[in-house]
Amino acid sequence: MRSTLAIGEDKTIRKLFGHAPRFSARPAPAIARNEPRRGVMATELEAGPPELSRRDSGDVRRIALTGAWILRASRLLERKADEIISQGRGARAVVVDMSAIANLDTAGALALNRARNELVRAGVAASFEGARPEHQILIKQTAIEIAPPPRPEPTNLFVDLLADLGLSVVNALREYYRGMGFLGEFIAAIGRILVRPDLFRGTSLVYQIEMFGFRSIPIIVLINLAVGAIVAQQGIFQLARFGATIYSVDLIGILVLRELGVLLTSIMIAGRSGSAITAEIGSMKMREEIDALRVMGLSPIEVLVVPRVLALIVSIPLLTFIADMAALFGGLLVSWGYGDISPTTFLVLLKDAIGVNTFLVGLIKAPFMALVIGLISTEDGLATLGSAESLGRQVTAAVVKSIFMVIILDGLFAMFFAAIHY
Amino acid sequence: MSDHANAAREPATTSAKEIVISVRDLVVQFGEHRVMDGLDLDVFRGEVLGFVGGSGQGKSVLMRAILGLLRKRSGVIRLFGQDRDALPPRQLRALEQRWGVLFQNGALFSGLTVRQNIQMPMRENRNISQRFMDDLAMLKLDLVGLPPDSADKLPAELSGGMVKRAALARALALDPELVFLDEPTSGLDPIGAAEFDELIGTLQKTLGLTVFMVTHDLDSLYSVCDRVAALSGGKVIGVGSMREMLASDQPWLRAYFHGTRGSRLIGSLGRGMGGREPA
Repeated sequence: MRSTLAIGEDKTIRKLFGHAPRFSARPAPAIARNEPRRGVMATELEAGPPELSRRDSGDVRRIALTGAWILRASRLLERKADEIISQGRGARAVVVDMSAIANLDTAGALALNRARNELVRAGVAASFEGARPEHQILIKQTAIEIAPPPRPEPTNLFVDLLADLGLSVVNALREYYRGMGFLGEFIAAIGRILVRPDLFRGTSLVYQIEMFGFRSIPIIVLINLAVGAIVAQQGIFQLARFGATIYSVDLIGILVLRELGVLLTSIMIAGRSGSAITAEIGSMKMREEIDALRVMGLSPIEVLVVPRVLALIVSIPLLTFIADMAALFGGLLVSWGYGDISPTTFLVLLKDAIGVNTFLVGLIKAPFMALVIGLISTEDGLATLGSAESLGRQVTAAVVKSIFMVIILDGLFAMFFAAIHY
Repeated sequence: MSDHANAAREPATTSAKEIVISVRDLVVQFGEHRVMDGLDLDVFRGEVLGFVGGSGQGKSVLMRAILGLLRKRSGVIRLFGQDRDALPPRQLRALEQRWGVLFQNGALFSGLTVRQNIQMPMRENRNISQRFMDDLAMLKLDLVGLPPDSADKLPAELSGGMVKRAALARALALDPELVFLDEPTSGLDPIGAAEFDELIGTLQKTLGLTVFMVTHDLDSLYSVCDRVAALSGGKVIGVGSMREMLASDQPWLRAYFHGTRGSRLIGSLGRGMGGREPA
C-alpha cells in the first residue's frame, strides 16, 4: 500500500512545485552533489540552523523558514519558534512558508505548531504553506493539544510536616503489625513442617547454611580477632594506671563472651547475608517468580523463608562460638605481647573470670538474633515492588532494621539476664 | 521489488542506495558455540528490514552485536558508513544518538515515570527547556498511542502492551534515523499489533526512518517490511522482498513461510498483497 502512496505523493509534488521532488525527509538537497557522504550529521550541518525571514505583503505577513528545524538544533529551535510568534504578533494574518525547510522532525513540527497555536490565540490568522507532503503529515501528526501537566496544589509547609509525621507513625505501626503477622506465618509454616516432614527442604537448608555460615567464617574470624585484640590493648593500657593489668583478662572474657562475640557476628551477618536474602527474594518478586511459586500451590514462606531463617538460626550460634574463640585468641596474643601476660597465665585468669553461664549468655542470644535478621530480611524482600529503586530501598531498610533490632534485642537480653542474675 | 518502491520514493538521490548498516563476515562465539558464522547483511536507508529466524538462532545476538552490546570475534560492522570499533569515544557517542532501540521487554527505567523515561535521552543529549521537553514527551506518547495520563505512571503500573509503546516512545525521543525493534509486536493483541505496524509505517514515511526489526510476526512482515532477511546456522540464508521469500526454494524458508500458520496467512492475504508491492 505504501509504495503506491509514495508514487501518489510524487505526482502531487510535481504538480505543486513543477520540479522533481527534493526529498526532504532526510537527504537534504545540498548534499546530493556533495563529496562522499559522511552521513546525516554532516548533511544536517550543511542544511544550516533554523532561520526565518519576514516579508509583508499588504495585510498578510509572510514568514519564510529555511534550514533544519530539528531537535538537534536544541535551544535554537525553541528560540526561532518563539521568534515566529514575536514576528507574527500584531499582524492580521501570518503565512508561514515551509517550502524551503531542509529538514523537519517531530520536534520541529511541534515547535511550529506551538507557534501557530500561540498566534491563533493572540487573534492572528496563522497558517502554513508550501509544506511538502511528508512535512504536512508531520505537522498534522504533531497538531495535538497538549494539556499542561497538572500543577500540584500549593500546600502549607506545617500541615505537610504534620501529615508526614503522622504517615510515618502509621507506617511504623503497620510495619510492626505486618512483622507480627509474618512471624505468625513463619511459625505456622514450621508447624506444618513438623507435622509433615516431607515439606522440609533439607537440600536448600544445607546450601543456605554453607552460604550464610561456612562462607562467613573468614570474615567473622578476622573481625573478632581484631576486636579482641583492641579490647585487650585498651584494657591493659587503661587498667595499668591502677596497677590492675591482670583484670584486663576478666574484661576480655566477660565482654567478648557476653556481648561482643554475638553482637559483632549478628551485625556482620545482617550486613552480609541479610542483604543477600532481601535482594534475592526481592528480585524474585520483581520477576514474578514468587507468583509462579504461589500458582504452583507452593507457599513462598515454606519454600523460601523457612530454609533461610532456619539456616541463619543454625549458622549464627556456630559463628558466634567461632567469633568468641577468635576474639579470646586475639586478646591472648595482645596480652602476651603488650601486657606481658603469658598464655598460661591468661588461661588460668580467664578460667577464674568466667563461668559456663558467661559463655552461654552469648550463645543463647544467637538464635534469637538469627530469627530477627532472617524474618526482617525475608519479609522486606517479599515487600519489594516493581522497580529497581524499590529493591534498593528494601535492601537498605532490611539491613538497617536488622542491625537496629539486633541491638535492641541485645539490650533487652542484658536487662533480662541482669534481672535473673545469670 | 522494493528497489522499485524505493526508487519511486527517492528519485533525487543517486541510484546507489545508501547503506546504513553493513555487516561483513561477522563471527560471534560464546565459548565453543559459534552463533554468528561469517554473517553478511546490508540495511539500506529508509527501508524496513524484517529479520526472521528460528528461536535460539541468534537474531537478538546480531542486534546486540550491531549495537555494540556484545563482543564479536571478528568481522566488520559499519553504521552510517563508520566502523564503530575505529571511532573515538566522543564520535561514538554522537553516532549512538542516531539510533533508538526498543528492547524486547521494553527496558524502561523502573524508577522513573514514563514521562521521565522519554525525556531521559533529551535531557542527557539536548539542551532544551523543560516545557518543550514536556510537550515533546506528550507528543511522543500521542504518536505511539498512549493516553496522556500514562505520562506520570511508573513502568510497573503499565500493561505489557503499554510498556512496549512507552519504550518505543523513548526510542523515538531524539527522532533517530535508525530504529532497532526487538520483537515489537510480541505480547500485543492483534489490534495493538496492527496499530503498531501502521505506526512504524507512518513514522518511516514521515521521518525517513530506517527500521531494523527482529520479529516473528508474519503479519508485520507482510504489512510493513520492505525486505526480509532470514537467519539460520549463523548466516543470512536469504534476503529479499516478502514475495521473493515466498517464492524461495530454500527448505527452511519454505518451512517458515509455508508452515501451517504461514500458509493460512498467505491464503488470506494473497489478494491484498498486490497493492503493497507494485509489479
